[in-house]
Amino acid sequence: MARRQAFDVRHQSGFPTIALVCFFLLYLPIAALVVYAFNSGSSVAIWEGFSLRWFVAAWNNEQVLEASWRSLRIATCAAFIATAAATMAALATTRTRRYRGLNAKYAFINMPLMVPEIVVSVALLIFFSRIKLATGYTGLGYLIAAHAAFCIPFAYLPIRARLEMTDLTLESAAADLYATPWKAFRWVTLPLLWPGIFAGLMLAFVISLDDVVITEFVKSAGQDTLPTYMLGQLRRAVTPEMNAISTVFLLISVGIVTIFFIVSRKRT
Amino acid sequence: MAHAGEIARRSELRDIRSRWLLASPALFIIALASIGPLAVVFVYSFLTPGAYGDVIWEFSPDAWISVFLKRDIFDNTLSLADAHMSIFWRSLRLSFLTTLIALLLGFPTAYFIATRSARTREIWLFLITIPFWTNLLIRTFAIQELIRNEGIVNNLFIKLGLIGEPIQMMFTDFAILLGMAYVYFPLMVLPLYASMEKIDFRLVEAGYDLYATRWRVLRHVIVPLTKPGIIAGSILVFIPTLGAYVTPRVLGGGRNLMMGNLIELQFGQGRNWPLGAALSMTLLAIVLVALMVYVRFAARTGGHNHG
Repeated sequence: MARRQAFDVRHQSGFPTIALVCFFLLYLPIAALVVYAFNSGSSVAIWEGFSLRWFVAAWNNEQVLEASWRSLRIATCAAFIATAAATMAALATTRTRRYRGLNAKYAFINMPLMVPEIVVSVALLIFFSRIKLATGYTGLGYLIAAHAAFCIPFAYLPIRARLEMTDLTLESAAADLYATPWKAFRWVTLPLLWPGIFAGLMLAFVISLDDVVITEFVKSAGQDTLPTYMLGQLRRAVTPEMNAISTVFLLISVGIVTIFFIVSRKRT
Repeated sequence: MAHAGEIARRSELRDIRSRWLLASPALFIIALASIGPLAVVFVYSFLTPGAYGDVIWEFSPDAWISVFLKRDIFDNTLSLADAHMSIFWRSLRLSFLTTLIALLLGFPTAYFIATRSARTREIWLFLITIPFWTNLLIRTFAIQELIRNEGIVNNLFIKLGLIGEPIQMMFTDFAILLGMAYVYFPLMVLPLYASMEKIDFRLVEAGYDLYATRWRVLRHVIVPLTKPGIIAGSILVFIPTLGAYVTPRVLGGGRNLMMGNLIELQFGQGRNWPLGAALSMTLLAIVLVALMVYVRFAARTGGHNHG
């Protein structure tokens, strides 16, 4: 310790400066975005005074409300489906000896992370347009299915990590006490697994809420989510209303991620 | 004994079967709504385009030919498809540069985080993760507001008297590069951090004891120990930027297309679904090659480190 004060072996000159500049640059655009949401003028670059008018404007914008509501509904459904499927998949792929097909399962579950989003989008556009023609159904089901699919790997990650830390002997103990497999799962495994499942649900929800590309291709007419609505608006002249919407959106994401962080910190 | 073995084998088989059953909902959803439809794209890339989008069910290799070659309307000769090639080239170049910038800036940043005390480290890490989880579109939009002609940077420079006219930054390759480097920066820092966290600093100390300079220690001790992180981070940035769609669309505009936008064009105005399908498959092939190179590299450096 005394040595470290004289000569810090961890130090690399210039690195802290570069790091701090990077952190500054990382937050500068977001900060500017948030600040101009409170601008009383209609410019997103010239400050004219503090006002909440753009938040009010966004709140009164029928399209924004409708798109937000749709986003929330899709994200909720997709996150629950993805988390349920991911929990089962995690139970199926952990705490076991290697068996044939185990690696294939891993690979397949993680595949949505590898394939470029645009390629999946195109595939879904083609595939779903066929199904839409054949069945006549054009509801939100397609979007929910697509979102659930790309959320599964994200939900799977924390649940699997949690399961791998869980002590198998507790379940054997339950079995020794004549618990049925279902009871052992319900009263022993599930409570132990809970923080992982919760973290997975949060991640899946945020990932679904953020998606632009796949939604843009899969949605039928009049099915804008908040991100695709914003993408459409970016082509036009932008007012601070966009900043106001973004600010609220940011707050929600940051809130969820903070909860996620606290939950996942508790387990260590 | 043989009997007991038989029972054990059967219960193991039952276990494997129930594991397949448990995994089936996840596998089914992914097959139905993510990976399975890729097979349809493959089939579509060999069909004839319909007049108003979609396809006619007739075999045609034209889409694949026109990915790389273009047919002259007058004398029917084939030549290299310059427009496509320049878009491929832009995608590769911009993705590579994005990766390089993210690495050069991400390395010191990750190192900085990894050398903090355990408590403050978590806060810095949290600060890196926050932008990663916030909407990609919003972050791109934030960059747009900074660099537009009437944007914050140009306004500031004009006010300071540095420039008379606004600098055109939007709708250039520079804008795309800036946006992608900004958006994908956290994806580089996180894996770098993960491998730096494990560095045994006694090795660094040994280097100094042997009179190595800071640069030599960095070059010959720290960088080699961080190699898995460098490779993982590079692949995590390179692959999504190669297929980027939102950032080039918002910041690059209609003229500075990347592969993602070229693909989209075929399903919109272009109305050439087979070509779009063939281009998608091309992009997928490039990504798969990159992933295979990664797996090779990762296996080699991983073995090296543990050996």
